[in-house]
Amino acid sequence: MTAVVFFVFAALALAGALGVVLARNPVHSALVLVVTLVSVAVFFVQQQAHLLAAVQIIVYAGAIVVLFLFVIMLLGVDREETLEDPLRFQRPAALALGAIVLAELVFLAGHEWVTGAKAPSQFAIKGGSVALGGNVERVARVLFTDFLWPFEITAGLLVIAVVGSVVLARRSGQAVELVDEDVDEDVEEDVEEDVEEDVDEVEVP
Amino acid sequence: MTITASYYLVLAAMIFTIGAVGVLIRRNVLVMFMCIELMLNAVNLTFVAFARQLNDIRGQAFVFFTLVVAAAEVAVGLAIIVAIFRRRRGATADDVRMLKG
Repeated sequence: MTAVVFFVFAALALAGALGVVLARNPVHSALVLVVTLVSVAVFFVQQQAHLLAAVQIIVYAGAIVVLFLFVIMLLGVDREETLEDPLRFQRPAALALGAIVLAELVFLAGHEWVTGAKAPSQFAIKGGSVALGGNVERVARVLFTDFLWPFEITAGLLVIAVVGSVVLARRSGQAVELVDEDVDEDVEEDVEEDVEEDVDEVEVP
Repeated sequence: MTITASYYLVLAAMIFTIGAVGVLIRRNVLVMFMCIELMLNAVNLTFVAFARQLNDIRGQAFVFFTLVVAAAEVAVGLAIIVAIFRRRRGATADDVRMLKG
């Protein structure tokens, strides 16, 4: 049963990953990315990482992909594009390098050369003392004791990311001058029309 | 048949490679970003696989930090893409090779 689930979702994950790379339309790329993300969430459940599976669905499939789709629609790039590359040597070189990387990683992973000492019992994922609780309690205990300082730093990182994205994406000050002139003229015309309409409405009665 | 950690590691290696090749061959900045997400997911999968193998919950806790970094990276990266789009039409990476103001 575990093996069947693994191979079915492994095939789905790989198909989704290939779809992201090969889809001509960015919207399709974002949608098949969800297939891969959900498959990875299934693998998390299989590996006793229940909390991470929930977070994977909520944060990745729920927030990040939606953010991608928002930006694609906002920018209006949801049209087909050619997959031809102006640099002809780039694609064969990328495929060759990818094959080398894959061979190396599979060689390493298949041999399980990367091993380590078993963790102390208070960090056990499964088993150990009953007082350790379920998966959520175990992750939370580590996160709020051993990793408390990194956890606080991530809060600062998120604040920096929010401020940075607002500063980068806002349209004000110098940024307005660099926008295409057509857009500015359209906005000014609209404003003028609005003002005129307001004046007309006032004079009618 | 039992699914050992090696199966997950090989699968994660495949997903990572697809993401890396995608970054190299695609020219749409948004699709390149999605390929980076693929690579991050593959690394998360290896983290969880090793955590299971070594019976160590700290591997799962570390995936949390990867998720936070990924979310911050997406927010800032998409803001940069929006800012680039304001100045020039087109979402291909080659369009921004001249980094002039």
